[in-house]
Amino acid sequence: MRRRTLHPTERPSGRGQGTTLGAPWLVGGCVAVVAAGLVGVAVGPVSIPLGQVVRELLDHLPLVDVDSTLSATEKAIVWDIRAPRVALGLLVGALLAGSGAAYQGVFRNPLADPYLLGIAAGAGLGATIAIVTESRDAIGFVDPVPFAAFAGALLAVTAAGTLSVRRGSVGSPATLILAGVAVANFFTAIQTFVQQQNSETLQQVFSWILGRLATAGWGEVRLILPYATVCIVGLLLSVGTLDVLAVGDEEATTLGLRPKAARRAILVLASLGAAAAVAVSGLIGFVGLVVPHAVRLTAGTSHRRVLPLSFLFGAAFLVLADVVARTIQSPAELPIGVVTAFVGAPFFLVILRRQLTS
Amino acid sequence: MTVAYGERTVLDRFTLDVDPGSWTAVIGPNGAGKTTLLRALAGTVDHRGRILIGGDAADDLSGRERARRMAVVPQHPVVPPGLRVFDYVLLGRSPHQGLRFSASDDDRQRTADVLERLHLTPFAHRAVDSLSGGERQRAVVARSLAQDARILALDEPTSFLDLGHQFEVLELLDTLREEHRLTVVSTLHDLSIVGQFADRIAVVDHGRLVAHGTPAEVLVPELIADHWNVDARTKVHADGSVTVAVQRRRPG
Ligand SMILES: Nc1ncnc2c1ncn2[C@@H]1O[C@H](COP(=O)(O)OP(=O)(O)OP(=O)(O)O)[C@@H](O)[C@H]1O
Ligand SMILES: [Mg+2]
Repeated sequence: MRRRTLHPTERPSGRGQGTTLGAPWLVGGCVAVVAAGLVGVAVGPVSIPLGQVVRELLDHLPLVDVDSTLSATEKAIVWDIRAPRVALGLLVGALLAGSGAAYQGVFRNPLADPYLLGIAAGAGLGATIAIVTESRDAIGFVDPVPFAAFAGALLAVTAAGTLSVRRGSVGSPATLILAGVAVANFFTAIQTFVQQQNSETLQQVFSWILGRLATAGWGEVRLILPYATVCIVGLLLSVGTLDVLAVGDEEATTLGLRPKAARRAILVLASLGAAAAVAVSGLIGFVGLVVPHAVRLTAGTSHRRVLPLSFLFGAAFLVLADVVARTIQSPAELPIGVVTAFVGAPFFLVILRRQLTS
Repeated sequence: MTVAYGERTVLDRFTLDVDPGSWTAVIGPNGAGKTTLLRALAGTVDHRGRILIGGDAADDLSGRERARRMAVVPQHPVVPPGLRVFDYVLLGRSPHQGLRFSASDDDRQRTADVLERLHLTPFAHRAVDSLSGGERQRAVVARSLAQDARILALDEPTSFLDLGHQFEVLELLDTLREEHRLTVVSTLHDLSIVGQFADRIAVVDHGRLVAHGTPAEVLVPELIADHWNVDARTKVHADGSVTVAVQRRRPG
């Protein structure tokens, strides 16, 4: 069917109407990411002036030739220590916040978080086993903890997903969450058991569980980059689907969607991203809850805005949290999970209150 | 076609033909099975028997194709918290969209057109759940129109609208129906309004089709008394429309 063509003068403009993204917000998100990245590279025990950081980074762009006047040591600090850590922070922050937004959309529940469905517990078990068996010595050249955590996380999600399926039909969101809770408890029980058996590694296990962004060069970044790409691109392509899912399964069906299959696909993408993030950074809480929520409160609830903005602000937020974590008690480092909770919770309350009073 | 919820048969061997380009009103008392009939048409409830849409078996159509052919306005739409009216109406475009990050200009243009026609443009940036019942209902109708389907299935599309907006929305649907040869299937409770807009009326009671025909054939005092248990006077006009006036039953 073709809609009656309106007379040109009465034709209302589709542009600028509740636009999909809200350009100012998008620009704001990009600015936040760049600013957080620069601060992350500049701040540390050896402080490097922002201007020189910018010059040094520009110098590495193709066809640009500027002299940053950094010494060789400073260059090493920038490229081998801080830049990888900032890159990792950006990726992990984006994955946690983006997968959180996706979980919340799929379950139509603003309290759903990226560690739902047993991801945290599975990763915890995997990491604990890798730490206590000291398999690092066995393998030698790569750190086995992230791989074990990733495997554990995927195993737990798959178990939760499989258990909630009955006779080939995908279960309801509630069934899936309950299955996730059961799986998480089971994995946590085993993890606690393994941990108690090996009390000498307790400190290491706890430090992993509290989350940290320690890097050794670009290895971690390279490790999660493929999963991050799949997760981010896939979720960005699913924003329309997530909006349709928001009207419930029955109406989503009349809008031409197969809600169960769509939900499943989005859960796979989000879980892949969340599992990759925990694998390299441990359990960093609150980002996946606070960032999407803040975005929804300020920029509206359409996933066309919520997802891209969660990726951007999640990335910026985690890098800044990491700056705080490594400077506040310098030279000691605070677990970054402590910072995200400490900074995130009051920030969250302020936004919530403002929403309540307006 | 037969529809059962568990053990309970709600629609019993139901057969109904709807002519393309017609407005068929499905009427009947509460709990008769009207919503169930529309849900079966929309494919959101299991049924036995066959449903043909434009000559094709509905079960053979993909969900998207079915949604491109038929748009549905549910009786109790789910309103996502905080979603803006523009984005909500844009959902109607989803059967025409592939997986993509942003809606096409064409989709946004059509959405804006529909908002304009339903006088919803001033509300485009408001959250749907902040609208009044009637404004919200217009937003839901707008979403179904944005779907650009040849068939509109509407379950009580005017239940929250004031008299003026009831007529406005129904007139708009009627205009669109004529312009684009849309087929409209709607349940409506107000018999007087039914008699003026529908050109076919199907009466459902206890899951069975008890009458089917033009307003003048169906809306007669005896049938209304039988199924609604009220006394009514009907007046058939020259154009075939019927107005119904319901009277209070005086005791004694
Ligand atoms: N999911 C369900 N499970 C069991 N029974 C149901 C279900 N949905 C509807 N019914 C029953 O089926 C019968 C028909 O319901 P339906 O919603 O089709 O009625 P209706 O004609 O639309 O009524 P109304 O005018 O009140 O909207 C009712 O008795 C209702 O209680
Ligand atoms: Mg009904």
